[in-house]
Amino acid sequence: MIDARGRSCPEPVIMIREAMKTKEEAYEMLVDSRVCVENVTRYASHEGYHVTVTERQDDFLLNIKK
Amino acid sequence: MDIKKERIMILAAGLVIGVIAVVLVLAGNPANMGFCIACFIRDTAGGLGLHRAEAVQYIRPEIIGIVLGAMALSLGRKEFSVRGGSSVMTRFILGFFVMVGCLMFLGCPFRMILRIGGGDGNALLGLAGFVCGILCGVLFLSKGYSLKRTYRQPLSEGLVFPAVQAAFLVLLVMAPAFLFFTAADGGPGGKHAPMLLSLAAGLIVGGLAQYTRLCMVGGIRDLVLFREPKLIIGFAAILAAAFLGNLVTGNFHPGFAGQAVAHTDGLWNFLGMLLVGYGCALLGGCPLRQLVMAGEGNTDSAVTALGLLTGSAFCHNFGLASSGAGPTENGKIAVVIGIVVVTVIALMNTRKENK
Repeated sequence: MIDARGRSCPEPVIMIREAMKTKEEAYEMLVDSRVCVENVTRYASHEGYHVTVTERQDDFLLNIKK
Repeated sequence: MDIKKERIMILAAGLVIGVIAVVLVLAGNPANMGFCIACFIRDTAGGLGLHRAEAVQYIRPEIIGIVLGAMALSLGRKEFSVRGGSSVMTRFILGFFVMVGCLMFLGCPFRMILRIGGGDGNALLGLAGFVCGILCGVLFLSKGYSLKRTYRQPLSEGLVFPAVQAAFLVLLVMAPAFLFFTAADGGPGGKHAPMLLSLAAGLIVGGLAQYTRLCMVGGIRDLVLFREPKLIIGFAAILAAAFLGNLVTGNFHPGFAGQAVAHTDGLWNFLGMLLVGYGCALLGGCPLRQLVMAGEGNTDSAVTALGLLTGSAFCHNFGLASSGAGPTENGKIAVVIGIVVVTVIALMNTRKENK
């Protein structure tokens, strides 16, 4: 689980980029703003991942899968 | 929103914003200054008497409109979210020195685009510096630079900055005698579109920038960092609309000498905007984006805007700001100090544990 809550863009995207260097099949990430959801989703899509977003109270849980 | 729709939206928004900027000039704003976040914050500082440069004093409704427009749209989209607490003092100082860089060049990144669109060749050197500054910032971002996380804050905290803007609007309308307004023929501060038009333009641009996340720094940064072109499409659209708009209205004047509210010192145009690009990359957004985020409830961005305001007052109180005649010696020293300070901030906040 990558916790990117409170991080302002582009930090969450850099965090997922770093994580994706290990080329795993799936990642989970927590963010707390819609801008970060959009930016991480866009980056993950470019990298060939599919993202599902679950809203949890104040946060968004991103399931990022190949 | 899918990627294609997102790109079309920001393209359209950029075109609209570019046209609005051209219209504001026709309606009375200084040349190539339909919008300039730095100049307008500086004028507002002057209007409030925080500096006494008589040529640049006016409470600019565009700034008020951008903040309130972004706030209204973020409330409507349920994106108004009050947060802050991420290296607040550091952001204030970054905002301060971004303003020092802007007033060396005579414009924020937004006006830099409008100046290029008006044919001002000096702004191309500014753009080159701006790109170099962003690359410096990107280098640190890639190595783990972070101003740490924000935290949720009470609603009242997020309402303070928009409320201050609303108070500025009241002051502007009431125009009490203690405010300072440049005379109509007294300099750039005396040139302005009618108040309601400026306010409406600000509201629309604030709303569009909130919706599209438009950011002049983000465009170049995302392209370099992630090969992501979304934000730079907005940047290019503003440039295209300003260029065509100026061409149609007879305000396109290609060249270097004699440009409005600009100087021809290439080195300092370059270094001024290098400082702006560098500082803004570390802040996570250009001055326009900071105002929009402040409207969305981000109190760190509100403090950054206060840093910009304070910086502008310092620039005019201590002779740091350039004029059409060129940069000042004090301004050159301040820009060099700014680049050093921003580098120290970048180094201090880049550690392995930030990764």
